[in-house]
Amino acid sequence: MQTIEDEIAEITGQNPSKCYQCGKCSAGCPIREYMEQAPNVIVRYIQLGLFDKALASSTIWLCAGCLTCSTRCPQNFDLAKFMDSVREIALRNGVKVKERALLKFHKAFLSQIKNHGRTYELGLVRDYKLATGDLFSDVDAAPDMFLKGKIGIFPHNIKGKDSIKRIFEKTGVKKCK
Amino acid sequence: MQIGYYPGCSQTGTAKEYDKSLRLVMNKLSAGILELNDWSCCGATSAHVTSHRLSLALSGRNLALAEKQGFKEMLAPCAACYNRLLISQHELNNSPKVKADIEEIVDCKIKGDTEIINIIQLFQKIGKEKISENIKNDLSILKAACYYGCLLVRPHDITHFDDAEEPVSMEELVKTVGAETVNWNFKTECCGAAHSVARKEIVVNLSKKIIEDARTHGANVIIVACPMCHTNLDMRQRAMKREYKDHSEMPVLYLPELIGLAMGFDNKQLGIDLHTVKFKFPELVKKSEEITV
Amino acid sequence: MKIGVFICHCGENIGRTVDCARVAKAAAFFTNVVYSVDNKYMCSDPGQNIIKQAVKDYKLDGVVVGSCSPHMHEKTFRKAVSDAGVNPFLCEIANLREHVSWVHEDKEVATGKAIDLVRFAVEKVKRNSPLTTIKVPVTKRTLVIGGGISGIQAALDVANAGYEVVLVEKEPSIGGHMSQLSETFPTLDCSQCILTPRMVEVYQHPKIKLMTYAEVESVEGFIGNFKVTIKQKARYVDADKCSGCGTCMQKCPIKKKAFSEFDEKLAFRSAIYVPFPQAVPNIPVIDTSVCTYFKNGKCSMCQKVCDREAIFFDQKDELITEDVGAIIVATGYKLYTIDKKPEESEIKGYGEYGYGKYKDVIDGLQFERIASASGPTSGEFKRPSDGKEPKKIVFIQCVGSRDESKGFSYCSKICCMYTAKHAMLYKHKVHDGEAYVFYMDIRAGGKMYEEFVRRAIEEDGVKYIRGRVSRIYEQNGKYIVKGEDTLAGVPVEIDADMVVLATAMVAQPEASKLAQTIGIPYDKYGYFVEVHPKLRPVESSSGGIFLAGACHSPRDIPECVSMASAAAAKAMVLFGSDMLEREPTVAKVNELLCAGCFYCRKVCAYNAIEIKDIRDRSGNLIKQVAYVNDGLCQGCGTCNATCPSKSVELIGYTDEQIFAEISALY
Repeated sequence: MQTIEDEIAEITGQNPSKCYQCGKCSAGCPIREYMEQAPNVIVRYIQLGLFDKALASSTIWLCAGCLTCSTRCPQNFDLAKFMDSVREIALRNGVKVKERALLKFHKAFLSQIKNHGRTYELGLVRDYKLATGDLFSDVDAAPDMFLKGKIGIFPHNIKGKDSIKRIFEKTGVKKCK
Repeated sequence: MQIGYYPGCSQTGTAKEYDKSLRLVMNKLSAGILELNDWSCCGATSAHVTSHRLSLALSGRNLALAEKQGFKEMLAPCAACYNRLLISQHELNNSPKVKADIEEIVDCKIKGDTEIINIIQLFQKIGKEKISENIKNDLSILKAACYYGCLLVRPHDITHFDDAEEPVSMEELVKTVGAETVNWNFKTECCGAAHSVARKEIVVNLSKKIIEDARTHGANVIIVACPMCHTNLDMRQRAMKREYKDHSEMPVLYLPELIGLAMGFDNKQLGIDLHTVKFKFPELVKKSEEITV
Repeated sequence: MKIGVFICHCGENIGRTVDCARVAKAAAFFTNVVYSVDNKYMCSDPGQNIIKQAVKDYKLDGVVVGSCSPHMHEKTFRKAVSDAGVNPFLCEIANLREHVSWVHEDKEVATGKAIDLVRFAVEKVKRNSPLTTIKVPVTKRTLVIGGGISGIQAALDVANAGYEVVLVEKEPSIGGHMSQLSETFPTLDCSQCILTPRMVEVYQHPKIKLMTYAEVESVEGFIGNFKVTIKQKARYVDADKCSGCGTCMQKCPIKKKAFSEFDEKLAFRSAIYVPFPQAVPNIPVIDTSVCTYFKNGKCSMCQKVCDREAIFFDQKDELITEDVGAIIVATGYKLYTIDKKPEESEIKGYGEYGYGKYKDVIDGLQFERIASASGPTSGEFKRPSDGKEPKKIVFIQCVGSRDESKGFSYCSKICCMYTAKHAMLYKHKVHDGEAYVFYMDIRAGGKMYEEFVRRAIEEDGVKYIRGRVSRIYEQNGKYIVKGEDTLAGVPVEIDADMVVLATAMVAQPEASKLAQTIGIPYDKYGYFVEVHPKLRPVESSSGGIFLAGACHSPRDIPECVSMASAAAAKAMVLFGSDMLEREPTVAKVNELLCAGCFYCRKVCAYNAIEIKDIRDRSGNLIKQVAYVNDGLCQGCGTCNATCPSKSVELIGYTDEQIFAEISALY
C-alpha cells in the first residue's frame, strides 16, 4: 500500500524536505489573497504528515499554475508541479474538493476533449452552467460573442477521436469523480 | 520556410482574430505556416491540472503528429499550449521510462526533436529586416505595454527563452514596427489564467491591476502573445467596468495585430473589430490629443 | 635481525574482539621474532617501558607493535624505540583496531586477521632500513598576502615576535573591507577608529616591509624556503617624495568619470586618487583607464601642481623577489553582485529584486558607506536616487546565501548580525523611521550577539518579519516589497523608500588564480581549503602556507583576527628552530635506471620533482634524470606508481617491502 508521501515523490520526483519554509513562493503568488492557507503551508502539511489537511485545502485548486513560485524558489523546489501532484492524489483518493465550481469547470472542459478532441466552447459553457447552476453570469457577453462568431455552434470533431478515447482510457481518467 | 502551426483550441473560437491576423501577416511576409493535420488538445489547463499522465499523453499525440508530418519547427501561438508542449517534450526526453509509457498510449514513436516556438520567436526567426521592409503606417503614437504573462518565459531552464524576470524580446519587435514601448512593472504578473470562468473575480482583480500598472507607466495599449491573456485583459474589462465604476478602457492587441496595423491592414481585416474593447487607430490619435489638451 | 612483537589490547577496544594473547603467542613463532608479548595499554608509560626494557634485554633491532592506527601512536612508539637506542624507523605498526576490531565481529576471523597483519608487519620490518629525518633550513621571514584586518593582524603578530614580514596588498591602501564599515557589531565601535591605529602600526613597524598596490606574481620553493616574485604596480607617484598633501587630487580635472571603489560606486573620485583620507600609505595612484594623460597625453595638471615633483608618468611596474619561509594568505572576500549588467555580474539572478535597476536598492557595503561619517553623505541617511531621507527602510537577509538556485548553498554567517546593526544605526539617527527586516532564521552565535539582535527588536523597535521577499518593484517613487510572514501566515506588502540587500559573501574573483599561483587547493566556491576542518583549520595542505580570514570561509572580524593570530603562530612554529625536520619517507630516484621520461614530474601534485643534469667529468651532458626534492615531497607514491621503469621508489615503502608483506600471506 503506497503512502501518500511515496505517491507524491513518485509523481513529482521531488523531496518535500527540501522546502525550508522561507515563504518566497507565498510572497509572490498572485492568488495568495484568495487562499486560506499559503502555498508554503501546504508543503508544510506534507512535511508534517498532515495529509488530510493538504488534500482538502482550497489552495491547491486555486493555484493558477503561473510558475512564479517555482521560478523564484531558492531551493529549486518545483512547487507548481508539487501542487499538481497533491491535486491529483486528492482526486484519486476521493477527497471532497472545497472549490466545487473549479472542479466542475475542469470536468466540463475534459469532457469536451474526450468527446471531440478539442475544446468545444459552447459545450464547455453549457456543461459548466448546468453543473453549477450558474446560468446567468456572462449572459451579457454571450450575444456579443455569438455575433462575432467567437463561439462555434457546432463542435469540431477531429478524425483521430479513437486515439483520444484511448488516451483517456489508458491514463485512467474515466468519468472524473 | 515551412513552420508547423499548432493553433490550439481558442484559435477557432474566442481567439479567432489571433488566427486571422497571424495568417494575414504571415502571408504578407511570404512566410508559410502549415496547420498540423488533425491536431488535438495539448493537455494544458484542465488536463494538466487533474492528471499529469493525461496531459503528457495529449501533448505526446501532437508531438508525434508533428514528427510524422515532418515539421522541424512548430508554432504554438497560445502561451499555455507552447508551455505545455515544451514541458511535456522535456519530460519525455529526460525519462526513457515515461517516454516508453506515452509512446505506448499514443501508439507512436516520439523522437522529441521538434522545436516548439512561440509567437515572438516566430517573428524573431523571420527577422527584423524583413518585417521593417513591409511597414507602411506610422505607429509612433502607440505607447505599448508588452505583456508576456506567465507561461512564455517560465520555467527558464526549459524554455531557454528571453529572461524570466525582465524579458525584452517583445519590446524589440514592437519597436521594430515603429511603436513605442513603456517600462512597466507587471510584464510577467499572472492575469488569473484559467480561473476566468469559475472564479471570475480573481481574474477581474488581477487583470485590473495589470491594466492600471500599464496605464500608470504611460501605456495606451497592451500587447499580448496569448489568447488566455487576451480574453482576461480584454473581454473581462466589461466586468471590470461593473466592479470599478471609474474604469477607463484600455485596448489590448495581439502581437500579429500590431504588426498587421504597421503593415497597413485595417481593423476589420485583422479582426480587431472582434475585440471587446474598441480600438480605432485614428481615433486613438484624437483621444490622446484630447488628454494632453 | 632480532624483532620484538608487542600486542596491545587497547583496553577493550581491541581486546574485546581480538584474542591478543593468542596473537602474541602466534607471533613468537615467526622467523626473526625473539620476543612477543601482549599488554592492556601499550601506549601508556608502563607499556612503553615494556618495549624499552625488551629492546635492552633482548638486544632487539626491530619492533612491531599491534595497536591502534599509526595516526594515533606511531610517533609514541617510535619515540620509545628511539629512547631505547634503536632507529625509530625500525618500528612498524600493525593496525589491529581500525583494521580489525572496529570492523569485524567474529572473534575467530578477527584474531586470524590480526595474526596475518602482524605477520605482514614483521616481514616489512625485516626489510626496513634506518632512516634519518630530513633537515631543511628555514628563512625566518613571512609573506602575508592581503592587507585587510586578517593580514594586518597576522603581520603584526609575526613582526612583534621579532621576525621580518613582507605584507603585500593589491589595493593602493591597506585596511580592506573593515575600513569601509561604519560601525562594528556587537559593540558599535567606529570601525575606522579601531582599525587605523593598527594600519599605522603596520606602516611604522621596523620589521614590516609594506608593499601596497602590489600583487604576487609567482611562488617557488617549499616550506621554509619560498622564493616569491611580487609585481609592484606603477603608481606613477614616487613614494619617497610624496608628502600626501592631496593637491594633485584636488586639481585633477577628472571629477565624474570614475566611480569610487571605496564608496561602493556611490560617489566619484579623481583619476589620481587615494582611496580614502585615512589611507595607509597616503600616497596616491593614477587610474590610467580614466586619466587624460594616459588616454591622449593632453593633461599633466597633477605633475604641474606637485611641489615635490613626485609624479612620474614614466614609472614602470617592477618585479621584486623576496625570500620567505612561511606564507600567510589573507586575501579576504567580496560581496555577491547581482545586478543585471551581464559583464559586471557573476551570476545572473535576482532580477526580481531590481538591484542595479533601482538606485535605492543597495547592498550591505553601500549601506555602510551611507551610514559612515566619512562617506558620500557624511553619515546622513540620504537615498542615492534623490537625496531624500528614507522614512521606511526594508532589509532583506539571505540574498544569494542558502540559495541553491541562484546563489550559494552556504550561509554567509555575518548578515544576520550586520543587518541588525544596520537597522539599529538607522533607527538611532532617524527616530521616526521604520525599519523592517525580512529573515529566514537569525544566526547570532557569537559573544553578546543574541543580546545584540534582541536589542534591535526590543529596544530600537526594528520589525522582524519571518519570510522571504518575492519581488520588489517601483511605484510612485516608492519600492513595493512583496513578502510573506510565514509565522502568522499572512502576506506582507511594504512601500519602502529604500531597500538594503544582505548579499552573500563570496570568494574574491581572482582567488582560484592566486591559489594556482601559490599552489594551494581551493573549493568550488573559490575558498581556500584547510588540511582538516576540525583540527587543522589554518593550515593549507601545502607545507608552510597558512590561511587567515574570510578567504577561507565567511566569518566576522573577531574570527578573522583569531584566525590571523593562529596562522601567525603556526608560521612562527617553523621559525622555532634553524632547521626543519621532515619525515624521511619520501621518494628517491635511482639515477642509473631513470630514463628521463619525466612522467613522474607530470603527475607530482607537489611540484617536487626536478630535472637533474648528469654530466661527465668534462661537463658534457650525458643525460637528464628526475630528482626528488625531499623538502617538497609528501611521500604520496604517485611517481612510484607511474614510473614505467620503476626507477623511483618510496623509501620505507619500497616495492620489495610491499611484496614481502603480500607474500607473507601465503
